[in-house]
Amino acid sequence: MQTAAATSYLHEPKGLKSWLFTLDHKRIGVMYLVAIMTMFLVGGVLALLIRTELLHPGRDIMGAETYNRMFTLHGAIMIFLFIIPSIPAAIGNFVLPLMIGAKDVAFPRLNLMSWYLYVFGALFSIYSIITGGIDTGWTFYTPYSITTGTSVISITTGVFILGFSSIFTGLNFIVTVHKLRAPGMSWFKMPLMVWGLYATAIVQVLATPVLGITLVLLILERLFSIGIFDPALGGDPVLYQHFFWFYSHPAVYIMILPGMAIISELVSTFSHRHIFGYKAIAFSSLGIAFLGFLVWGHHMFTSGQSETASVVFSFLTFFIGIPSGVKIFNWLATLYKGQISFKAPMLYTMSFLFLFTIGGLTGIFLGALSVDVHLQDTYFVVAHFHYVMMGGAVMALLGGIHYWWPKMFGKMYSEFWARIAAILIFVGFNMTFFTQFIMGTRGMPRRYYSYPSEFTGMHGFSSVGSYVLGLGFLIAVIYLIHSLFRGPVAPANPWGALTLEWQTSSPPPTDNFDYDPIVEHGPYDYDKIHVEPMK
Amino acid sequence: MDTTSTFWLPGQYSTIASDVDGLFYFIYWCSVFLLALVTAAMTLFVIRYRRRGKVSLTSGFTHNTSMEIVWSVIPTIPIVVVFMWGSKTFIRMHAMPGNAVEVKVTAQKWFWSFDYPDGASSVNELVVPVNKSVKLTMSSQDVIHSFFVPQFRVKQDVLPNRYTQLWFQATARGTYNLYCAEFCGKGHSEMLGKVRVVSDSEFVKWADEQNKPPEGMSLEDFGAQLYKTKACVTCHSVDGTAGTGPSFKNVFGHEVLLADGRRVMADENYVRESILDPRAKVVNGFQPVMPTYQGVIKDRQIDAIIAYLKTLAK
Amino acid sequence: MSPHDTPQASPLAHHFADMEQQRDSAKLGMWVFLLTEVLLFGGLFCVYAIYRAWHPEMFFNAHKQLNVWMGATNTIVLIASSVTMALAIRSMQLNQRKPAVRFIFATLALAGVFLVIKYFEYAHKIHLGQLPGKYYTFTGLEGTNPHVFFTVYFMMTGLHGFHVLCGMGAMLWLLRRIRKGEFSAEYYTPIEMTGLYWHLVDLIWIFLFPLFYLIG
Repeated sequence: MQTAAATSYLHEPKGLKSWLFTLDHKRIGVMYLVAIMTMFLVGGVLALLIRTELLHPGRDIMGAETYNRMFTLHGAIMIFLFIIPSIPAAIGNFVLPLMIGAKDVAFPRLNLMSWYLYVFGALFSIYSIITGGIDTGWTFYTPYSITTGTSVISITTGVFILGFSSIFTGLNFIVTVHKLRAPGMSWFKMPLMVWGLYATAIVQVLATPVLGITLVLLILERLFSIGIFDPALGGDPVLYQHFFWFYSHPAVYIMILPGMAIISELVSTFSHRHIFGYKAIAFSSLGIAFLGFLVWGHHMFTSGQSETASVVFSFLTFFIGIPSGVKIFNWLATLYKGQISFKAPMLYTMSFLFLFTIGGLTGIFLGALSVDVHLQDTYFVVAHFHYVMMGGAVMALLGGIHYWWPKMFGKMYSEFWARIAAILIFVGFNMTFFTQFIMGTRGMPRRYYSYPSEFTGMHGFSSVGSYVLGLGFLIAVIYLIHSLFRGPVAPANPWGALTLEWQTSSPPPTDNFDYDPIVEHGPYDYDKIHVEPMK
Repeated sequence: MDTTSTFWLPGQYSTIASDVDGLFYFIYWCSVFLLALVTAAMTLFVIRYRRRGKVSLTSGFTHNTSMEIVWSVIPTIPIVVVFMWGSKTFIRMHAMPGNAVEVKVTAQKWFWSFDYPDGASSVNELVVPVNKSVKLTMSSQDVIHSFFVPQFRVKQDVLPNRYTQLWFQATARGTYNLYCAEFCGKGHSEMLGKVRVVSDSEFVKWADEQNKPPEGMSLEDFGAQLYKTKACVTCHSVDGTAGTGPSFKNVFGHEVLLADGRRVMADENYVRESILDPRAKVVNGFQPVMPTYQGVIKDRQIDAIIAYLKTLAK
Repeated sequence: MSPHDTPQASPLAHHFADMEQQRDSAKLGMWVFLLTEVLLFGGLFCVYAIYRAWHPEMFFNAHKQLNVWMGATNTIVLIASSVTMALAIRSMQLNQRKPAVRFIFATLALAGVFLVIKYFEYAHKIHLGQLPGKYYTFTGLEGTNPHVFFTVYFMMTGLHGFHVLCGMGAMLWLLRRIRKGEFSAEYYTPIEMTGLYWHLVDLIWIFLFPLFYLIG
């Protein structure tokens, strides 16, 4: 394997500078992965601190003002710095060109610039922590965000910059998918991962500019009192909510669509079976991307928007459940008559199917107008979006990292510890967040520093669950890093998969393929082609 | 906890609660069914079709249009029921009743105040008659708050630039928790109130008694009571520990250092001004976050608070 | 040394199969970028629509404060600059470097004229105190919240002006590259892309002009 290592993108050229100025999508993907996982660590530690504070009503380890900064940063970091860029910018950057047989993304310089924009955005956000933090919640609702004394401007500037990073990644992917597919890679021979990333890219490109202009307005409102959102000057705070959710609801699909895309790959590979309903899955991604733009008002049923608007938004909201349901059923049908392996990525896939189903179904409670009135702004909402975002997107991300790890770094991790971690994460996650559904329906409002004593037991249980979850992640970090140094060398195609990235060496050479790839079969033709996975 | 609450939901104490809960359980059982179906299918398949040894070519059954149609259309049916049911109740929640007891609700950081038709007012305790429609017209003095009573299944954001409305009809006497459900800063989780549902005659009697100290109560004790009912307790301790505002212990008759460097004597006029125009003299080390109590508190009540402060000072 | 680090001797980047694929990619990328620009302005157009719907009379009264002649002149100036930009591209397609440089200079000059006129308009507004939000001190207007009109006016024309400046920057960059001899009839994609961008800047003004200056 010495020869493979010598020519891999990881080893040549050498030196820090060759990484910081690289135009190679794989290196940029790895740099994203490092940056994003660092942010995930920060956000995760904040989450554990929050859960620790909530062990008892009143003060445990921090005061109310610190607590408010903690949950705001947890939300802002996890959403803007972790989940939104995670799968597209880190994993997508790495695998998308490989999967379509391209040498790179269409605009490598723009790709590197996106990474630097990400880093700048992150620095601005961290700067806001140093200058006293921010206590508005990640949604920056006006007029609170206009009047609070905390450093709103630096973090919103950070998010504004991150938005451009996200736009440029999306733009790059759209052009890459349209123009750089290998000969024979027709649209319906693309892996579903590519379809998912493509649908995501469309949402990134169409929704993010609106967030950008909203944040500019918010910053100007704070700096110069321009009177658009400030009620004291004739502005309207509910207008801010409309603007904010016009981006941030589609952003939910920026987070979950790539997760669904990964699951489509994993279900097929680890069932060793042709994906069921390829076109249904592909088009449901586009359907979700489109419908995602029409439902933002369902975040505002109790905000004071007109009843008619609420009824229309509720109606449209239910339609977005259908394409998500179609995906779940197609994945289940893929399992049918497969040859299913229980490697770590498959364990995450099964977690995803279970948790995302709960996440989706609880969305129906929140879409139903009268029930939402009771549940809005309670822990039910918190639990719901953690089931979708963490139970969905993060489980898929973890599955994807374990799946492509051998391809990215050319090393295998410990399967035993990977399974232990996957099970701990599943158990810890459910302990933490299922409890929150019950608290929510019983009326526990979110973003509460203290709470009525009747909730003490459940808060305690939820906190203990979060420690189990944290332990699972800690184990994953240890064996993954260990594998980089001590792990056995990975073969080119350890899982016996048929998509193009597994046809090249692990890790791939700088130009991805030593030959010009020509697509001769579909990405999931397990009914026609025999490939034996690694033992 | 009251005994009528279930595992999932608190007890039903308003006329719309049972309707909301009906839909809740409809979605709940549909969801349980679907989740069981998905989990059972997944479990069955992964066990039945687990990999044994080497792999081989697998089934070429890769798509089926009728199946796609079936699993797209069938879930649509309960979905439409949920939409219609939810909207119907929602519209009922927003149709304001004609002959209701009207209460003006003012939210500010971090307490609720209520103004009743006959001039009575209360802080953090909404008193309403049982089995009568109550219509709340709400506005905020600062940021967005949200009026939430879980046992009534009602919630409505309270905005600074316009009035929002909400109505409910309580079905049983008792005391119910009132929460602020929209994040509003440091005291968000302390912005708790009660809704006390009383009989018609008790309501009338209560409204009468609002503006004067109860029979036989000393001015100091009345002040101590106001300290709690007017929500001073949220920010000001009486044991010397600093909260959002300075403690009330040993304030009256002592010299106070202000944020602008001045020193003033905490006398009757200082206390009065601090209640009615709290930002005129801000104590050093504290933020000017206290709202004015102008209109919320009566002169006689200020007298009582001053009397109470005197008891706290050595 | 990997192909990534090779200095760009040929205009064809290593990851494209041929010039046509590269050009198509650049074009599609630019169109997608322009779409994001439209959406960026779209947010402000929404603000405009909402506040105009809320305060139609105030908008009508406030718009009379704008100088239609200056606005109209600027419209003509920008349309003319779009023409010169198109001519610059045409010249490069025909491999005529000198006319291309001249047309780009002409476009730059017209953009400059636009900004100078805009400067006089802004200066007048600032002098009268017709400023956004709390800085609004003008007293000669009836209607609720007239400062909102000027907030929207300054936001939208300001963002547009910023785009004009960016376009001018791009043109200076083009001039430098032309001087270095980097473009020819075979490769002139950056000029074409700048042209696309410039037409969008023009187009946005064509919407702004009637919305602010000619409300009926």
